[in-house]
Amino acid sequence: MFGVSGSGDTSGFGGLVRPVGDPHGAQRPYGGYFDEVADLLAEELAKRDVGFESAVTRVVVDRGELTLYVRPERIVEVCQLLRDSDGLRFELCSSVSGVDYLDAPLSTDPTEQSERLHVVYHLTSMTYRRRIRLEVGVTVENPHVPSVTSVYPTADWQEREVWDMFGVVFDGHPALTRILMPDDWDGHPQRKDYPLGGVPVEYKGAEIPPPDTRRAYR
Amino acid sequence: MTQTTDPYADSRETTEGRVYTVTGGDWDSIHAEDPLASERIVVNMGPQHPSTHGVLRLVLELEGETITEARTVIGYLHTGIEKNTEYRTWTQGTTFVTRMDYLSPLFNETGYCLAVEKLLGAEVPERATTIRVLLMELNRISSHLVWLATTGMELGSTTMMIYGFREREHVLDLFELITGLRMNHAFIRPGGLAQDLPVDAVDKIREFIPYMRDKIEDYEKLLTGQPVWKARTKDVGFLDVTGCLALGVTGPVLRSAGLPWDLRKTMPYCGYENYDFDVVTETTGDVFGRYLVRVNEMRQSLRIIEQALDRLAPGPVMVTDKKIAWPAQLALGKDGMGNSLEHVRQIMGQSMEALIHHFKLVTEGFRVPPGQVYVGIESPRGELGYHVVSDGGTRPYRVHVRDPSFVNLQAFPAMVEGAPIADAIASGASLDPVMGGVDR
Repeated sequence: MFGVSGSGDTSGFGGLVRPVGDPHGAQRPYGGYFDEVADLLAEELAKRDVGFESAVTRVVVDRGELTLYVRPERIVEVCQLLRDSDGLRFELCSSVSGVDYLDAPLSTDPTEQSERLHVVYHLTSMTYRRRIRLEVGVTVENPHVPSVTSVYPTADWQEREVWDMFGVVFDGHPALTRILMPDDWDGHPQRKDYPLGGVPVEYKGAEIPPPDTRRAYR
Repeated sequence: MTQTTDPYADSRETTEGRVYTVTGGDWDSIHAEDPLASERIVVNMGPQHPSTHGVLRLVLELEGETITEARTVIGYLHTGIEKNTEYRTWTQGTTFVTRMDYLSPLFNETGYCLAVEKLLGAEVPERATTIRVLLMELNRISSHLVWLATTGMELGSTTMMIYGFREREHVLDLFELITGLRMNHAFIRPGGLAQDLPVDAVDKIREFIPYMRDKIEDYEKLLTGQPVWKARTKDVGFLDVTGCLALGVTGPVLRSAGLPWDLRKTMPYCGYENYDFDVVTETTGDVFGRYLVRVNEMRQSLRIIEQALDRLAPGPVMVTDKKIAWPAQLALGKDGMGNSLEHVRQIMGQSMEALIHHFKLVTEGFRVPPGQVYVGIESPRGELGYHVVSDGGTRPYRVHVRDPSFVNLQAFPAMVEGAPIADAIASGASLDPVMGGVDR
């Protein structure tokens, strides 16, 4: 807008790069009920001859919230165990959402960054009043995640929304059609590389560029 | 997908599999048989039908008067609010989220702000939290009033419609007095509030409480024992606790089935654990139960408002962190919103640094440390959740809203299939869907 290149920050401080503390790979003890949840899940997985590490790739404790990064092929099994085990009882799937980590790779692991499409499940245990988060990462080339609708029927519409907005294909979903956009829409609007298609607005001689080309501060 | 043909939609092959296109207006090709000779009728209710609470489309398959299959079609209002917030600052985010569920704007703002504050690790001043509770409970009353009004009208009681909207006006007058706007307030901001309560707000709210108590009695006199109301709502739209939990239904619908699940009690936020109120439940699991739950919730909200007014102690309404709070405090002048003269004199005449800082905070916004949080609050419709992701910049990286209307609407077919078409109105209304929230 003002012919600015770079960050557009004139203070001199905008270009400073602060090291971001790696929120990944929390060490035990995780604190609170997180250890118990992780232990019970590991125990239940072991009963099925599945190692904890082969299902959960990483455990993150950040801002008092527990995140389990689950391998896509294990997500239904993990959800089933979290819902049905006595000590876990995550009866309610509060939310399923997608995140496209295109230009903000939160991981320092280079192999992780190609898995830019993340599906995030928020589970609530009404019995124990706990919340946890499950996260699944897939690539754009192979965006397939098994559907958890068999465990949580409420995920039906939410998975359709994630498919519509991010293009994650949920295998085994009963009717994976678009839900917010028209049925014949091309592309997935909430991906970070989806063009916004805004037009500049002219007002009293000044031209205001569309939101995606406006000056952004980092 | 296992289905190969769908009589409702054309299909084409894509790289992701077969894609169906529902176009409408092609009923001849779908219905090869003579509709007059056949008992099977497909009725498109909405998206402009007045009883669909906005632009909801219901595709109902009827066998005589009985619904054999119900489908809900949403997406007619898609505003792209979630995407839009990614192109604005964190503070500007409140102006977007407040427009989603337009009957409970202050819940949207609070939920979003709680999430941003959790990301920031900011502690909001006591007074700001109390005012938030006050505003939310007023908003719960106005939202339930619209539910009572519209549902009353849909089931034939235009008196209830006029009563409900009449009392809602009083709540909106209070909002106008406090926030300057009747809707879309953007009053609750990350870190606190845009400004403090005006001087006469507390008195006005205190006047409102006995008035509203009285009016709730009127609604009960009008509806609770009324034969038509009972006939239209009792044993209609039944959904038990198992069904609610499987479908993710929360809020008054879940409480009408008997589970006292209210996030204000079970997972408290905003200091709700310090307030004395009851979680209202019914055991009928039908529309009548949901009506009773909502009416009694309004009474409980009045109790909370009284306690919040008693609790109001003088103090700041914004965090003291100069990296988040704007140095300028807005004052309500004769001509509407503006800055106090004293402030303009101080900031323009004496403090250049504050002026620069203010400009930078307003244009750039503040930075939020990277990470993700989920915050759920109890909106009038159920759990309103905010999943907010930050990449460390001045804009939200992703804001996902778990809107209760969106999730609750999935239960509509489970409630109405097998019921007469007249019950579809009552059942749909009892979910209290707001399409602005559904379509985000």
